[in-house]
Amino acid sequence: MSGSTIIFYLLAALTLVSAVLAVTTRMIFRAAIYLLFSLIGIAGIYFWLQYEFIAAVQIVVYVGGIVVLIIFSIFLTQQAGDELPKQKMGRQLFSALAAFCGLALVLLQIAQHAFVETGGEVVAPTVANIGNQMLGVNDGGYALPFEVVSILLLAALVGCIVIALKSKPEQT
Amino acid sequence: MMEPGLYHMLFISATLFFIGVYGFFTRRNLVTMLMSVELVLNSVNLNFIAFNKYLWYDKMDGLFFTIFVIAIAAAEAAVAIAIIINLYRSHNSIDVENAEELKY
Repeated sequence: MSGSTIIFYLLAALTLVSAVLAVTTRMIFRAAIYLLFSLIGIAGIYFWLQYEFIAAVQIVVYVGGIVVLIIFSIFLTQQAGDELPKQKMGRQLFSALAAFCGLALVLLQIAQHAFVETGGEVVAPTVANIGNQMLGVNDGGYALPFEVVSILLLAALVGCIVIALKSKPEQT
Repeated sequence: MMEPGLYHMLFISATLFFIGVYGFFTRRNLVTMLMSVELVLNSVNLNFIAFNKYLWYDKMDGLFFTIFVIAIAAAEAAVAIAIIINLYRSHNSIDVENAEELKY
């Protein structure tokens, strides 16, 4: 067993354990911190797979952006230090049962399915290759989706401002 | 303990997906439900990257799908948090039980 294998199992354990804690803990701020560790674990798995660009994007967008946004929204909407109310036992039990049955079904399908490699030359996911294909207009280029996503981001930006900066209700 | 391969990645991503689904079922607070949705989206990204790495290594399409999913997830989280803050202003609570009526 090599060092790389050990690192992989450590990253997987970090990801899954913190994900479980993030959905089960009753302290909402701790849930956000566990989510942060889970996302860092996923970024580590991307590094382990040698997709360094995706790992960097994951850290910048998720860890640096979305988790900070979530923590700010917790500060704005939650009384500090409050525990979430305890959930009904039956609901927890049935949710766990449904999730476990779904997981068992999916893992059974994965174990039975034989995946076929396409075989061919390995294209290294370097930044140069990614950039050339992402802004390419030839066959297989992603210039149009790139522009569509940029319009979507602009629309989301304007929409957020419109929703969050709603005028105060009329004084009665 | 075997050498990690495609099946290990698929196991991690399937488990992460159903952890997110469990959180979405049990949580009743909108911010924590949003966190569960983020876990589900991350499991999808991991799946795309794993297939790209182990099965379709002669193309980079999975990688581009991951980039676009991350961009759209960021937009989705920003809009969701704007809605949550607006809901908190009008209802003084972000529990889904208190947000049943779809009026202002």
